[in-house]
Amino acid sequence: MALRSFQNQKLGLGQKLGRMTWGLVLLLTLVAAVGSAMLYSAAGGSIRPWAMPQAVRFLVGLGVMLTVALVDVRVWRRWAYPLHGLSVVLLIAVDVMGEIGMGAQRWLDLWVIQIQPSELVKITLVLALARYFHGIVAEDMPRFWPIVPPMLLILAPVALVMKQPDLGTGTMLAVTGAVVFFVAGVRLRWFAAAAVLVLSALPIAWGFLHDYQQQRILTYLDPQRDPLGAGYHILQSKIALGSGGVFGKGYMGGTQAHLRFLPERHTDFIFTMLAEEFGIVGAVALLTLYALIIVYGYAIAFRSASPFGRILAVGMISVFFLYASINVAMVTGVVPVVGVPLPLVSYGGTSMLTLLFGFGLLASVNIHRDVPVPRRGFGPAEA
Amino acid sequence: MRRDPQRSRLFTRRVAVLAGGKALLMAGIGMRLYDVQVRDSDRYALLAEDNRINLRLIVPPRGRILDRFGVPLAANRPDYRLLVTPDQTDDLSATLEALRAMVAISEDDERRVLREAERTHGVVPVTVCEDLAWDEVAEVEVNTPDLPGVLVEAGRRREYPFGVTVAHVTGYVAPVAESELTDDPLVRHPDFRIGKSGIEKQYDQALRGAAGASQVEVNAFGRVIRELDRDEGRAGDDVALALDIGLQAYAVNRFGAETGSAAVIDIATGGVLALATVPSYDPTQFTRGLSQSAWQDLVADKRGPLGNKAIAGQYPPGSTFKMVVALAALDSGVAGPGHGVFCPGQLRLGNATFRCWKKGGHGTLDMTQAIQQSCDVYFYDLARKLGIDRIAAMARRFGLGGPTGLDLPGEKPGLVPTAAWKEAVYGEPFHPGDTVVAGIGQGYMLATPLQLCLMAARIASGRMLVPHLARAGGEPAPDMGLVPEHVALVREGMNQVTNSQRGTAYRARISEPGLEMAGKTGTAQVRRLTQPERDRNLKLEDIPWEHRDHGLFVAYAPVAAPRYACAVVVEHGGSGSKAAAPIARDILYEAQRRNSARDPNAPATALLHSV
Repeated sequence: MALRSFQNQKLGLGQKLGRMTWGLVLLLTLVAAVGSAMLYSAAGGSIRPWAMPQAVRFLVGLGVMLTVALVDVRVWRRWAYPLHGLSVVLLIAVDVMGEIGMGAQRWLDLWVIQIQPSELVKITLVLALARYFHGIVAEDMPRFWPIVPPMLLILAPVALVMKQPDLGTGTMLAVTGAVVFFVAGVRLRWFAAAAVLVLSALPIAWGFLHDYQQQRILTYLDPQRDPLGAGYHILQSKIALGSGGVFGKGYMGGTQAHLRFLPERHTDFIFTMLAEEFGIVGAVALLTLYALIIVYGYAIAFRSASPFGRILAVGMISVFFLYASINVAMVTGVVPVVGVPLPLVSYGGTSMLTLLFGFGLLASVNIHRDVPVPRRGFGPAEA
Repeated sequence: MRRDPQRSRLFTRRVAVLAGGKALLMAGIGMRLYDVQVRDSDRYALLAEDNRINLRLIVPPRGRILDRFGVPLAANRPDYRLLVTPDQTDDLSATLEALRAMVAISEDDERRVLREAERTHGVVPVTVCEDLAWDEVAEVEVNTPDLPGVLVEAGRRREYPFGVTVAHVTGYVAPVAESELTDDPLVRHPDFRIGKSGIEKQYDQALRGAAGASQVEVNAFGRVIRELDRDEGRAGDDVALALDIGLQAYAVNRFGAETGSAAVIDIATGGVLALATVPSYDPTQFTRGLSQSAWQDLVADKRGPLGNKAIAGQYPPGSTFKMVVALAALDSGVAGPGHGVFCPGQLRLGNATFRCWKKGGHGTLDMTQAIQQSCDVYFYDLARKLGIDRIAAMARRFGLGGPTGLDLPGEKPGLVPTAAWKEAVYGEPFHPGDTVVAGIGQGYMLATPLQLCLMAARIASGRMLVPHLARAGGEPAPDMGLVPEHVALVREGMNQVTNSQRGTAYRARISEPGLEMAGKTGTAQVRRLTQPERDRNLKLEDIPWEHRDHGLFVAYAPVAAPRYACAVVVEHGGSGSKAAAPIARDILYEAQRRNSARDPNAPATALLHSV
């Protein structure tokens, strides 16, 4: 049938490469280059121990992104639930036999590579939710029961991540889920109901928080409370930012970073180091690159013909936005220190791979923007 | 999508709201950046500087103490310390082992270093050992490339080249005590030493100088990265004394095994040329921190090496006080220059008998003879006629009974009793007997050797000299306002003490023409002898040391044009003529031979080399 053959349409490799989001690749490469340059400075003018591995990881990640992009978006739809299921299983595995690291169980040692299921689940959650809302019919949207399954898709990993305990990632997952619900068209009254529920649960949740998590939140509310303890990081970060001023202290000239007053200058606080050395000019320049990437992501979402593609694209770009905005808000003292890296810039492999995998999905949506995506079933042809 | 346009519109609307929200968040972050990086930039820039810049005080070199000819009495010696910064060395234990081949490191030192290294997280240099010899410094410096983290730091240590000889004048320095803390940040520096006694204490502010400062950049762990700026501060001023260390050393040695003190004053200026106290202590030991047992020994020594006897030892002046009584009598008109008294060997006053030192009595004497032969009865008589208050008034004019004003801490006032004083302290009137014994400088009367020396200087000059240790020019001292003939009479008496055959110190005269001295003996009773003891005519050797009399002698020289005044007190040395006069004679002879009082700015002479 015509419809069938249309659904089975395949793009050639040349066509796919032609539709590849080369502008996005360029922007990502620029941001990663900034990251390596800052890591070079953080090491006092050396490609070791951070700048070089980070550059290599980006190239590997870029390979992953292009590979993911070339895979048909319908394949991703088909594997959305199994992948999300796998993530949740891995989270449980971490809980059961995970290694103790950084005071929390987050890493799973698979002998060959160490993976962080809490990063993986950010991708698979968006995939799974996109698939679910793609499959739902408009008439079902106002009703309550249809939003229960996606609620479970969100709550299962959120609960597991919170239990690790990783407050930052847990919150990010919840917010990501809410964003997807929002763009998928879930009625606003359910949001209002959820807000009331969460607010009334807060006092109970406070009791479940670990001592250091409570400290972080209290310190966030009053940074002067403990200037040499938990508030030290925020205070030193603000000193570094402020003393950087408009034009900064010059590349590799940041005294706060290089004299080690600034903690974690190569990971969570790398934005601070950039702003110290290049001033607000440098900070705004990097944020502009991020904004361009986000705008690019929205453009891809609007061009996609299928709800799956649109929701997936907006979801992925929102994950990226959350990383960047939480990190910058954290180092400027707007939100508590929660340990979220600056995307593509902070030293670290897992978030880099996760994000580039996500950008691969975004590119796949762009390449397969006209492909009709089936609403149900596991195979592209069975619908 | 074409099948569901309503849903598509909803999606577009929702995405627009979401994008708007994100834009708002970005704007919020932008404003936050503006607040921190632009609006509050100055404040944070200041905090960043506070973070990285440490101001470190530099202790300035302490001023030296010099004698009148520029010979250092207190100076600074370079002191090399071996430091190691644990986190700059790969293996601290191995480094210490390597150092052991070059310098002596005790196991205690090693344990202390390892402990400190742990406590300071290895970023602060830890002292391994102090006071390295020069060849040890050289060996460590040569091997520096093989000793990462090791450094030799040059410091300074106070030293007193003449040690015990002038210890009571120079005093000593030591770490600052809690009670001595002031606003001056310098006193909190661990390397700073403060003057604890003597000139070191008196002129501490001048000797101290002004602290320098070093601005260093430090990292978050306090490790110094580099020096940004350095202000060396101002070295302490040298303090030049009037003292002649050559004469001082001579005086100290002249005492030999005796205990006591001697003072020599330049009659022209009031400058103190020598202020000897025997025995003494080594001030250098104090700067290093004295061991408990060494301290106990000093405190327990009954000869009292810690006390500055010259200014804080208070003795009855005995017969050396007779010139003051004579001048009081002449000045008040109680007795004229020709006043004669018959000495039968004793004076009876009511039931009491006051003896003259000469059992058979002196017969009839005039005032000059009374001084020459130190007749007690003559002065009992004068004192009785004068009353205590007129004696006291004259004594004060000669510098007794109050601090002389010497620029040295710890001076005692001595004691010149008055009727009012006795009433206040004992609630009793001043009995005639008290007055009589005051006439020969006994009873309540007390004086320090420096006061006695000042008294001699004022008699010799007739001027209100004030003693001082720091070399100072200034106005010549004002006249005392005494009748010159009266003073001349007393001086003639003193001249005859040493230069006439009947004088009590004729055997201790200076016979070299032009260098002759005039003087007066004195013997201060430590314990009143009982009548049986007196009758037995005990020899000195038969009395326990602590009970023997103090021997005193005051003198000046040369007689013709007095330049040097001297007082000598020999504790428990017996009579003034036998114990003190020979020492005073030798000191005054040496002072003239050395020409101690010569202008230090004049060209050096061969005499300097005898220092």
